[in-house]
Amino acid sequence: MPPTFTLSQTDKRPMYLQIMEQIKQRVAAGDWVKGQAIPSIRQLAVDLQVSVITVKRAYYELERAGIIVTHHGKGSCIAASPRSQARLREQELQEHLEQAARIAAQLDMPAEELEDRLHAAGDRLAKNEEELI
Amino acid sequence: MTDLALEMSGVSKKYRYFTLDKVDLKLPRGQIMGLIGANGAGKSTTIRILMGLVHQDAGEVRVLGHSMPAEQVAAKWDIGFASEDMRLYDAMTLGWHMNFIRSIYSSWDASYAQLLLKRFGLRADHKIKGLSHGQRVKSALLLVLARKPKLLVLDEPTTGLDPIARHEILRELTEVMANEDRSVLFSSHNTQDVEQISDHITFIDRGRVIDSMDKEAYLDRWRRLRLEVPLGIDLPALPGVIGVHQRGRLAVATANAFVPDLANAYESTGARVQCVENMTLEEIFVANVAHSREEVEV
Repeated sequence: MPPTFTLSQTDKRPMYLQIMEQIKQRVAAGDWVKGQAIPSIRQLAVDLQVSVITVKRAYYELERAGIIVTHHGKGSCIAASPRSQARLREQELQEHLEQAARIAAQLDMPAEELEDRLHAAGDRLAKNEEELI
Repeated sequence: MTDLALEMSGVSKKYRYFTLDKVDLKLPRGQIMGLIGANGAGKSTTIRILMGLVHQDAGEVRVLGHSMPAEQVAAKWDIGFASEDMRLYDAMTLGWHMNFIRSIYSSWDASYAQLLLKRFGLRADHKIKGLSHGQRVKSALLLVLARKPKLLVLDEPTTGLDPIARHEILRELTEVMANEDRSVLFSSHNTQDVEQISDHITFIDRGRVIDSMDKEAYLDRWRRLRLEVPLGIDLPALPGVIGVHQRGRLAVATANAFVPDLANAYESTGARVQCVENMTLEEIFVANVAHSREEVEV
């Protein structure tokens, strides 16, 4: 299982968040399934050429989020079941919605207008899919 | 047996124009420490004292459990040291140097040395005389890495190297960490290298340690807050904020002890927090040095 993680230097998020993100994506995509062993902290640090402490932090946060479990001395494995894949997607959606609400507030945009814009975006997406068919 | 790879406490050294002032440092085994500081900050002096090359005027130094400089001979079997001013014999080949080191250190790993030759793009039959700066640096590093020492002490290992060579060096340093018993201390101006591979960060400026701590905890304490300040509102001085720059209605506050409540505190004054940004180690370095120099001058 050679992990094909890539950390970006232009990504403004801290490295531990990028590592978390990529592990979550693998779970959400179904590549990493419940019970599957994941690389040890030291191994992933060597593979990614980042410090052990950065990977340790990512694993710690993933464990708190219930995505992995770590058995002391035996390494870590994926804890998430397929149902929690949906939950991860949900979480992702929530983060995007909050981001949208934040930007709307900065633009002094009323909530109704934000709502209309969301509907319009949904309509555009539906239309595009129709055209593809 | 101690679980610290190295420890300095209250170490001072006075020169005519420079003083290293009561330096305290601790590096747990199995970790990488990055030493950051501007030119002339005291990084190399610190490293020389650790290696027993310069004797401190005051303070305790222990490296791999050995007191320095008194027990430096015993300590050096397990330390690999490389610095820019280390000279190889110009008239000899790299292979001659490899055989020489191998004859002294029984820990020499010949197959790893061959692997490093290939990875670094070096040839054993090349004379040192004909090598470029980068090839010399890589040769010196090969000679210490292949001994597989318990502690690597590297003064500016990536300075003057091209991006490819830098990545090769960083790769070897992180591979060392696969073994929990090995430790690395390296100094660098390149904050990106330090941010990427260090577990522990130590900042030195003007002969003093400004900060020395766990990298993740350290980066997490620093934030930049972008604020919109309505006319007629003065931003208060808040704890944890080391500087505010305001022009018109927009202000940028830099915090070195950030807590989420800080954003709320600004909001309650009537200012609006547009965003809270993480900072790179480079940005922190510049802000921190400026801040600590202001404090000294006040």
